[in-house]
Amino acid sequence: MKRLGRAVVMEIFCFLKQGLTPYEKKKYVWKMLYIYMLGYDVDFGHMEAVSLISAPKYPEKQVGYIVTSSLLNENHDFLRLAINTVRNDIIGRNETFQCLALTMVGNIGGREFAESLAADVQKLLISSSCRPLVRKKAALCLLRLYRKNPDVVNIDGWVDRMAQLLDERDIGVLTSSMSLLVALVSNNHEAYWSCLPKCVKVLERLARNQDIPQEYTYYGIPSPWLQVKAMRALQYFPTIEDPNCRRSLFEVLQRILMGTDVVKNVNKNNAAHAVLFEALALVMHLDAEKEMMSQCVALLGKFIAVREPNIRYLGLENMTRMLMVTDVQDSIKRHQAQIITSLKDPDISIRRRALDLLYGMCDISNAKDIVEELLQYLSTADFAMREELSLKAAILAEKFAPDLSWYVDVILQLIDKAGDFVSDDIWFRVVQFVTNNEDLQPYAAAKAREYLDKPAIHETMVKVSAYLLGEFSHLLARRPGCSPKEIFIIIHEKLPTVSTSTIPILLSTYAKILMHTQPPDPELQNQIWTIFNKYESCIDAEIQQRAVEYFALSRKGAAVMDILAEMPKFPERQSALIKKAEVAEVDSADQSAIKLRAQQQTSNALVVTDQHSANGPPPTVPAVGPLTLVKVPSTSGNAEHTSEGQALTQPNGTLTKIDPQTPSEDLLGDLLGPLAIEGPPGAAVQPQQNAVSEVGGVPSAVDGAAIVPVGEYSNSVQPIGNINERFYALCLKDSGVLYEDPYIQIGIKAEWRAQHGHLVLFLGNKNTSPLDSVQALVLPPAHLKMELSLVPETIPPRAQVQCPLEVLNLRPSRDVAVLDFSYKFGANMVNVKLRLPAVLNKFLQPISVSAEEFFPQWRSLSGPPLKLQEVVRGVRPLPLTEMANLFNSFRLMICPGLDPNPNNLVASTTFYSESTRAMLCLIRIETDPADRTQLRMTVASGDPMLTFELKEFMKEQLVSIPTAPHGPTAPPTPPVAQVAQPTSPVKALTDPGAMLAGLL
Amino acid sequence: MIHFVLLISRQGKVRLTKWYSPYSQKERSKVIRELSGIVINRGPKLCNFVEWKGLKVVYRRYAGLYFCMCIDEDDNELEGLDIIHHYVEILDRYFGSVCELDLIFNFHKAYYILDEIVIAGELQESSKRTVIRLMSAHDSLVEMAKEQASSISNMIAQVTK
Repeated sequence: MKRLGRAVVMEIFCFLKQGLTPYEKKKYVWKMLYIYMLGYDVDFGHMEAVSLISAPKYPEKQVGYIVTSSLLNENHDFLRLAINTVRNDIIGRNETFQCLALTMVGNIGGREFAESLAADVQKLLISSSCRPLVRKKAALCLLRLYRKNPDVVNIDGWVDRMAQLLDERDIGVLTSSMSLLVALVSNNHEAYWSCLPKCVKVLERLARNQDIPQEYTYYGIPSPWLQVKAMRALQYFPTIEDPNCRRSLFEVLQRILMGTDVVKNVNKNNAAHAVLFEALALVMHLDAEKEMMSQCVALLGKFIAVREPNIRYLGLENMTRMLMVTDVQDSIKRHQAQIITSLKDPDISIRRRALDLLYGMCDISNAKDIVEELLQYLSTADFAMREELSLKAAILAEKFAPDLSWYVDVILQLIDKAGDFVSDDIWFRVVQFVTNNEDLQPYAAAKAREYLDKPAIHETMVKVSAYLLGEFSHLLARRPGCSPKEIFIIIHEKLPTVSTSTIPILLSTYAKILMHTQPPDPELQNQIWTIFNKYESCIDAEIQQRAVEYFALSRKGAAVMDILAEMPKFPERQSALIKKAEVAEVDSADQSAIKLRAQQQTSNALVVTDQHSANGPPPTVPAVGPLTLVKVPSTSGNAEHTSEGQALTQPNGTLTKIDPQTPSEDLLGDLLGPLAIEGPPGAAVQPQQNAVSEVGGVPSAVDGAAIVPVGEYSNSVQPIGNINERFYALCLKDSGVLYEDPYIQIGIKAEWRAQHGHLVLFLGNKNTSPLDSVQALVLPPAHLKMELSLVPETIPPRAQVQCPLEVLNLRPSRDVAVLDFSYKFGANMVNVKLRLPAVLNKFLQPISVSAEEFFPQWRSLSGPPLKLQEVVRGVRPLPLTEMANLFNSFRLMICPGLDPNPNNLVASTTFYSESTRAMLCLIRIETDPADRTQLRMTVASGDPMLTFELKEFMKEQLVSIPTAPHGPTAPPTPPVAQVAQPTSPVKALTDPGAMLAGLL
Repeated sequence: MIHFVLLISRQGKVRLTKWYSPYSQKERSKVIRELSGIVINRGPKLCNFVEWKGLKVVYRRYAGLYFCMCIDEDDNELEGLDIIHHYVEILDRYFGSVCELDLIFNFHKAYYILDEIVIAGELQESSKRTVIRLMSAHDSLVEMAKEQASSISNMIAQVTK
């Protein structure tokens, strides 16, 4: 630390002392790299390093290149400064300079390098006058540039040259060229067919050890790297058609498979097995004959049992890959015992592989063994693996359960053993299963009861048990220890130990137990009521609400009992767990394996439940999880609130059908009608509606309003306010009204973060009767990705529905998204097309730039297409301050003081999109104080498209169109945006349909 | 491809870093912190691979120094391990039984050698002899430049400037 401090002082000393000699500069730059390497932030002196690149002498130049390529990454702006020097070195005659330049570009060259240097690098690579030492660097340099921008290699012209390169005798050049080929064929194998036989030739040459200089053999093996790369390249071609070629390749492969043994020398072992495992991968890919395949499995079986940990790891990994070849699964199963042993290996890397393999090889025949093994292992597994382990066990149990009671056992054990690592999805799933399978209910309830007897149980277990017993404990009533009272007592014992998220579930359970107790037990009832009373003033809103509601409901006695009847069956859907596993899976090879298997095998569990649900009408109740389902009638007599709640509890997109039936006179009958257990499964939603009006006690005046004569309304519904003005206002603000007419109001609220936008549409029914056939369709332009959650078909009277809309900006563009919205009121069909304020400026983030940052940027972005200038005429005259305000409202940050001329404005901002990421944009406006209707505008950014779009956008905002109405009191809203679009429907302002035609 | 190469001492001190994928300065120090924690704490008899954030880290310990290399997940792990050993053998031959101190005092040489072996995250040269030959060519070039600088005519030129 002390030494470092001194070093830093010296750096600064050196830095301050202007006019360094080249030697000092060199020394200083090396020290900087050293300090940087030790992990200290070095944000000075980068310029010095880059400038050394242009030094005339070798030692300085070398330091410049190496330090630059270690210190900076490809996105660093300073690199641009060096492009010219680098190019001169590459095309120059000095071989050592060529090498230095190629090395640096190969290591940190970015897109810009690719565009300006690729042609020169290609020339070097195929030049016959260059020495191998330059050409091999050129090959890898080209590979880097190709990765940064695939367009730099012109396929038509390059294929033959690539094939020629594979005839190279020099192994160094050949190795580098092979790497290049791997990258090329991975993108487009079609074009490179001609290289296939050459790869096989190279392999043969290596395998026979023909014409390989001694210095290229590594532990007796002719360049293992080149062998691996050649085999890698071959794996990108779907098959090998030429029989001769295929035969000679298989000879080579056979020789590798047979001739590799585990030996004492670690390095020789590594090299030989590097080749062997690649050969295995190639054999699997080529879909060899069965004999060869089983030979491979046998080899792998040997590997997973050896002592050498690397080989064991790779054996397991490759066996998992092998699972994709279907006909070897049986031979793999033979090694199950050994794989299970690997699950207990001291090395976590190996354990992970073993777990993955077990997960992959599991099917109906061995599921029971494997899952039980996983469960057993769970209690000793380290924390890093428990979550993955429990998730995988849960999925396997669900997928391959031989019978459902076993599945319930597994999940309950899982929760018992690794409660902390069992995500909510797992127990939601088991609850769904039990609810959907009547045969299972008594068993599950009894099991839950058993677990409750244990002294210390995990909170998740409390949740599951309480839920199951609440629903199904009445099925156990005759068993000893299972009377409602006993169950209540044992559950209530857990209450003091649980967190607030569990208490609501317990309260529901109490309410259900109470309802199931027939005849009522006054003592139990009092106990439970006391608890409800106690929680009525709980600070947690959910608990409080439930306590109040259950108390009120349970006092009503038998009449409302059915509200608390068993939950209807859940709709069948893909297991959330499997979805989660797919997301959580990081291993790409295994991910595809999972998918593959998921396609091959339909879940056993799914079949069982399908049979059950065939007994009755398919349930349509939307359910997120048990938590939202136990929500029973809300006492707050506010229809708007309830429907909002409904809209919120349906994020899984199931369409709710709220029957807009008008309540009949017989409120109570109406209330009970749909609630009968045999009733339509939509019951859980309807009662909310009805119960609300019931609890409110006033039959609302809906009846009258619903029969409003249709004829009174003319066909076209006039919007309130000017749609265009509303749109422009929303371009500047994040919330406000987008559209309004006598029936509906559409509000919008948006949050913008970088390239993401989160909008919520508020659809408010202004009337006392429902709006039907509501449809909202988002028509996004090509540059936006938009996802609108489902809009309910009906908006209840005086209710507001919220529909989230997610926006992702892919690239800069001025096109506007359109919302196609329609609804029916009575017999009136109303359809409007509304522009959504997801416009270019929403993806801007103002950023202030100092003079030191601004000018280098401004200069480095020189000329079109990155910097565009235009004289704009016909500008709406604005005082300079007002124009500055306008810019600020568009999220362009005015940077005062950067331009010496007071009539000019300089602004900066960052634009976000998927393609550009965060991109700095700089804008300069030069106005003429004598003529305010014209100005000169310069826009610069690192992306040509962005520069153009931003410039056009600004122009639209500044130019005024005389026909547009523009109130003097309005905020500085530009009247019309579509200047660039010739079809701009200025006159059709009031007709949204015509407006859309213009827009599209 | 190789995403980066790290040399870490047993005490967690970084001896060399080389990045072939664009990592920002912040990400770089985060990666180093995380990985040194993982790699140094692994026992001696375990395999040389660690799965890390969808990538794989291949590492090998030589005396007190860990050579780590981060590769893509479907890359050939043993090939990576061979590259590490190849690098170490060349260091050893160049320095003459290399030790950690050699790498501290001549860390720039370690960079030169690495650049001769790996470019763009791919192996460039698998012959030890070629690399050593190139290195001595470098050295003589530098030596020559030094001599030139200290030659009398040059000194005179500097003084009279």
